[in-house]
Amino acid sequence: MSSKAYDCLKRIGDVIIENKDFLTDLDREIGDADHGVNMARGFEAVIGKVPEDQEDIGAAFKTCGMTLLSTVGGASGPLYGTAYMDSGKVLAGKTSIEKEDVSAVFDAAIAGIQKRGKAERGEKTMLDSIMPARDAYNEAIAAGEDMIPALEKACEAAREGIEFTKTIHATKGRASYLGDRSIGHQDPGATSITLTLETITNFLKEVK
Amino acid sequence: MVGLVIVSHSPKVAEGAVDLAQEMAHGYDQLVAAGGLDDGTIGTDAVRIKEAIERADDGDGVVVLCDVGSSIMSTETAMDLLESDITVRIADAPIIEGVIAAAVSASIGQDIAAVVADAEDAKSFSKL
Ligand SMILES: Nc1ncnc2c1ncn2[C@@H]1O[C@H](COP(=O)(O)OP(=O)(O)OP(=O)(O)O)[C@@H](O)[C@H]1O
Ligand SMILES: [Mg+2]
Repeated sequence: MSSKAYDCLKRIGDVIIENKDFLTDLDREIGDADHGVNMARGFEAVIGKVPEDQEDIGAAFKTCGMTLLSTVGGASGPLYGTAYMDSGKVLAGKTSIEKEDVSAVFDAAIAGIQKRGKAERGEKTMLDSIMPARDAYNEAIAAGEDMIPALEKACEAAREGIEFTKTIHATKGRASYLGDRSIGHQDPGATSITLTLETITNFLKEVK
Repeated sequence: MVGLVIVSHSPKVAEGAVDLAQEMAHGYDQLVAAGGLDDGTIGTDAVRIKEAIERADDGDGVVVLCDVGSSIMSTETAMDLLESDITVRIADAPIIEGVIAAAVSASIGQDIAAVVADAEDAKSFSKL
């Protein structure tokens, strides 16, 4: 039987691959029409690289990150690659996820994306979904909620983050070449990160 | 001598830049192309760049020239992936003009700071 770590990454990969054209079309509006193609190529490689019986979630995430670094090709390669590798470090040795782990993963992933991309919130990137998601998660936990409802709030905040990216112009990445013409379009990276978060939430809901 | 790595989304651009620079620096063999992904797809690959840096280094450090977008991010990732202690500098220079200047500079034995400076000078070189 395959491990939970593998199953989770496989599920993320399936969702990214299903949404390949959707993500690429979003990137056609404000970029170079490759975000879905890039991410799908990366996750196809990830599925082949992560051992099916890898129980250690940290190790599985680390392999996922290394693989994304060399197979995605676009900016999302180093960004997602670093996010998964750094999340893998905080999950090293773990075979299940508790609510504190989710907070630590949010922190590690965001720090990794910022280390690479040097962006802040409000620049029309994936950060505009993942940063509000972290805040919503931590607020819900502080208010006494359990992990799954808190994650559902995080997903909601991430979706609102996508909507927010429609209202601003890009100052980082390819879309920044467009200036104000990027307004009105949602950011592809904010969209793929929201899909990822929703998939992880659904997965944890099922295995809990 | 200082090594040189060319990072481009396109394997052809990276290899072509190496060929052009090689013409100007006979016998200098520390120029390494790191273009595209392993299968030839357009893009940048941090692991491939890391390996190119290791190949280009002989102990005197490596200067990297990058094209646009994620090539800088992938190169910075590659620098973090290095296990050994190699001095790496990214030159803020156009690839073709920069690598020609840098190859000449490196091949006559200049140190890494001078090679970076020569590559970056190519930015203000007037063609007309
Ligand atoms: N500096 C950055 N910080 C955070 N996220 C970023 C940054 N630059 C781009 N992004 C995210 O990456 C997404 C685009 O990813 P994609 O895979 O299409 O790379 P790309 O921009 O085409 O890369 P390349 O520069 O190689 O062409 C954007 O939608 C945005 O969310
Ligand atoms: Mg793109």
